[in-house]
Amino acid sequence: MLVSLNWLKDYVDISALTEAALAEKITRSGIEVDAVMDMSHGMKHIVIGYVKEMAKHPQADKLNICQVDVGAEELQQIICGAPNVAQGQHVIVALPGAVLPNGMKIKKAKLRGEVSNGMICSLQELGIEGKVVPKAYAEGIYVLPSTATVGENALRYLGYEDTILELDLTPNRSDALSMLGVAYEVSAILAQPLTLPNTTTVLSHEKATEQLQVQVEAKEANPMYVAKVIKNVQVKESPLWLQQRLMAAGVRPLNNVVDITNYVLMEYGQPLHAFDYERVQTGRITVRYANEGETLTTLDQQERVLLPTDLVITNGEVPIALAGVMGGANTEVTNATTTIIIESAYFAGAGVRRTSRRLGLRSDASARFEKGVDPNRVQQAADRAAQLLVELANGEVLAEDVVFDELNKEAKTIIVSPDFVNRHLGMKIPMEEMITILERLQFGVTAQNGKLLITVPTRRQDIKIQEDVVEEIARIYGYDEIPKTLPEGAVQIGKLTPYQAGRRIVRDVVEGAGLYQAITYSLTSEELAQQFAIATGEVTKLMMPMSEEHSTLRQSLIPHLLQSAAHNVARNVSTVGLYEIGSVFVGKQETNQPYEREHIGAVITGQWVDHAWQGEKKAVDFFVMKGIVEALLTKLGLANDVTFVKTVVDGLHPGRTAHIMLDGKVIGLIGGLHPTTEKTVGLKETYVMEMDLHILLESAMTKPALQYAAVPRFPGMSRDIALILNRETTAGEVKAVIESANVKLLKNIHVFDVYEGDKMPEGKKSVAFSLTYSDPAHTLTDEEVVAAHNKVLKALATIDGLEVR
Amino acid sequence: MEQRLQQLKEEVLTKIKETVNMKELQEVRVAYLGKKGPITDLLKGMGKLTAEERPKMGALVNEMRQQVTQVLEERMTKLEQLAVEQQLAEEAIDVTLPGRAIRVGNRHPLTRVIEEIEDLFIGMGYQVAEGPEVEQDYYNFEALNLPKDHPARDMQDTFYISEEILLRTQTSPVQARTMEQKDGETIRIICPGKVFRRDHDDATHSHQFMQIEGLVVGENIRMSDLKGTLDLFAKKMFGENREIRLRPSFFPFTEPSVEMDISCFRCGGDGCNVCKKTGWIEILGAGMVHPNVLEMSGYDPNKVSGFAFGMGVERVAMLKYGVDDIRHFYTNDMRFLSQFHETEA
Repeated sequence: MLVSLNWLKDYVDISALTEAALAEKITRSGIEVDAVMDMSHGMKHIVIGYVKEMAKHPQADKLNICQVDVGAEELQQIICGAPNVAQGQHVIVALPGAVLPNGMKIKKAKLRGEVSNGMICSLQELGIEGKVVPKAYAEGIYVLPSTATVGENALRYLGYEDTILELDLTPNRSDALSMLGVAYEVSAILAQPLTLPNTTTVLSHEKATEQLQVQVEAKEANPMYVAKVIKNVQVKESPLWLQQRLMAAGVRPLNNVVDITNYVLMEYGQPLHAFDYERVQTGRITVRYANEGETLTTLDQQERVLLPTDLVITNGEVPIALAGVMGGANTEVTNATTTIIIESAYFAGAGVRRTSRRLGLRSDASARFEKGVDPNRVQQAADRAAQLLVELANGEVLAEDVVFDELNKEAKTIIVSPDFVNRHLGMKIPMEEMITILERLQFGVTAQNGKLLITVPTRRQDIKIQEDVVEEIARIYGYDEIPKTLPEGAVQIGKLTPYQAGRRIVRDVVEGAGLYQAITYSLTSEELAQQFAIATGEVTKLMMPMSEEHSTLRQSLIPHLLQSAAHNVARNVSTVGLYEIGSVFVGKQETNQPYEREHIGAVITGQWVDHAWQGEKKAVDFFVMKGIVEALLTKLGLANDVTFVKTVVDGLHPGRTAHIMLDGKVIGLIGGLHPTTEKTVGLKETYVMEMDLHILLESAMTKPALQYAAVPRFPGMSRDIALILNRETTAGEVKAVIESANVKLLKNIHVFDVYEGDKMPEGKKSVAFSLTYSDPAHTLTDEEVVAAHNKVLKALATIDGLEVR
Repeated sequence: MEQRLQQLKEEVLTKIKETVNMKELQEVRVAYLGKKGPITDLLKGMGKLTAEERPKMGALVNEMRQQVTQVLEERMTKLEQLAVEQQLAEEAIDVTLPGRAIRVGNRHPLTRVIEEIEDLFIGMGYQVAEGPEVEQDYYNFEALNLPKDHPARDMQDTFYISEEILLRTQTSPVQARTMEQKDGETIRIICPGKVFRRDHDDATHSHQFMQIEGLVVGENIRMSDLKGTLDLFAKKMFGENREIRLRPSFFPFTEPSVEMDISCFRCGGDGCNVCKKTGWIEILGAGMVHPNVLEMSGYDPNKVSGFAFGMGVERVAMLKYGVDDIRHFYTNDMRFLSQFHETEA
């Protein structure tokens, strides 16, 4: 909402404050002022000129040499390129020294050899937006009325010595979508009286009711319809002040009739529409829902196909307007129009909203109906329009408006106790002070048994309950006056849940292991949604995605992590280590929501070890990532519960991929990218992992409470064994066999050497284990160790192709 | 013989002095003081001396042995010392060379901000509450006093999955869920999470972003409590000298509703680029929980009241760290992420 302060002054005295101070006060009391704009843009040397003579420029077809009277002793020669410049026009002249809003500095200059002592201006050059400049002047200079006084300050004449406030209205304050609404607000803030516009006119002896019939069929959607008939209207250009106010409000002037309807819309917030009475043809207006397949060409010359949910104004036969949204071309007011119908109606918001949304037709009118107009202004606005049509279009207003009215115009009452207000705010505002504030807002107030009986004016549709009244009192009283306290009552212990605390530990571990936390988008493409997913299920898709790239919810964190890694590599950051903790969305619950599971994913690529001056470099490999996973499992106390089982996953290296298993269930995967995938995403050797964080943390939390185990007092004994194995036999299988021997004294098994190469027979490899035996109660004897070790060897003998070296 | 002794003594002392390491010294010792050495020879030759000469000579030999031994030991100490010094000199390194780098990652700046805010409110007795990113229309809108035809639904363009299911546009549904679940109990929660809106991604918009909200419900919760809580938050988060101001605003789920500004932490209120010359920076929206919201979640608005507040995490992070483009938070450029190592006091 754009508010011209000159216009606002018609209703309320704002002279006590500077523009900036007023803006600040309005903002602090409830309506945010987004910008304070000086319409003159600080311009100087802009005067009214008169084009006394004009001749073609000898060197340039499109330029004219004008001799302009600017009130000085001599005529000034000014070159003008506007197509509409003509001798005998009063025009706006920027003299040398003027600086225009676009930064252009006006100087004496030569244009193609001819002197130019200034510039004849368009409104755009004075900083007016092109879309609100009247069409006749949109492509050229602006022509002033011949009554303009040559040599005078053109900005003052145009009404540009004004300040515009741009209000950012919250949806509840639709009452301020009008100059009067803003005036009520400012009057309350400044405690200044309000002057309302004049709406009385002389009426003709003829009666509108004899010329026009109004019938409303859709009474709920249109509970009130007021039609006025105005005869002998002279359609012409509006006076400059009216055009100026409309332009300041962001509306393009058209002709006096349309301008008046728009002016009243801006003044009262009540949309009006003018029909050409003759073109309506039938002398009838019927408001009904459209028939299936009916069409209407709206004022913007678009043919609209209507639905039975669209409310239309008809002439009893065919649609002539889309109710509350836009008029029809078939009844548009033209220069030939002499008799008009002014419509002022109440259209219910939901229907207007539905139609305007469906057709993508948002207008100043629809915006106001959608939010609900003031029931008591429907008639007032019609009267105001009539008064202006008499004054500015020589119209003759017929007596007896044609009215359909079943609209409830009663003011709401709310009972509020001052104690409730103070308790809610934590303040001690005296009751008298509350009454004063409410009266400033022009609410009706009476005190009854220590309570306030408040009558809310219908323009404030947003005030419904006592809390709304609390806000009104508080905002006018001033939020700065509210003290600072802290909630009272029993203190609770604030604490992370074990899951939340666990998640922070997980972050600490993987960050300590060298990974940076990434955050990627939950929405991905349909193609990537299930790639690398540990478990897939029904995908969740958006009804109306903005792009295919963000159309489906992810079931794995890996695809976006790979994209992030590739982003870095493409920018010469060749070593990347990222992890993400985020939700994946799989399947569907009874509520139709997908199951959301929190996962942890990671990606590494590049030189993981890079001790440059020592010459120690090592690229990432499977075991770097596995080391990180194992560190995390160790921290969660799950290291001994998890196994890695070789598997094949689409897009991953078939020889370097494993499922991470816990209690026989797949809870994650780890692997190297398939060389083809690496190429596709633009990465070199890269490893990824993803695990179900939910399961990890739940398992960690259900572990028995931590108990200390005695530190061994007696030394252990180690036995190393080198085994020759079939190449397919994994170290994990061997370890499992050793463990299955169930040797109590065996406390630790670890691999210390792996050899595959020339010195091995074809299809064989060598893996060496170190086994540690100990007993907490005594130092083991050789015999005991040998006995235990023999058990292990016996178990190992069951492995096919195994040979002890 | 005496002369021979003197000569030997001078000889051995010179040799000792000339030794440069322990091995040479050992050789000298064995050569002169050993069983086959000249001194032993001398002692063997004492049998030829007279009875008067013998003790005199014996004393002289002993004296010489003692002297030689002493010098020898001194030399030994000296040589050991030299050896250590030499070892140290050889082992000296350039301590300015970089260490063997251990890779260390860190939190994403948004997580950093969230954890900081969580911890601050945990300190005031709040719990951290979380909820699903894919929500029911009911919790995202209706339970928050935004029925289907409410004009304020315009304010937030929504990604719908179906008529009833959507990507949450705010973290407020967590509030509605918590209230429903707590069934009338006192509530103090802080709710961080991802939210989604139909925006084209650019420097200031992101279709996915993060919010953090707070909710307090209980008997006699006042607007002054909201103001006091937010003041504490602003001072802890942005510096002890921050002032706050509340401006009236509108949210369907609170009444009264406010927006909170803090005095600019860059210029202290004098006006600069960060605060767009106003001296104030808008940080969050807040208000007293709307009675309809309380009622819908099973609380009696005549008995309890509450306040709620919410803010965009990206905005806080952008202000705090001077980040100028919201897309940095979702690009995961290592050169960006690795700037957030330092821990703040």
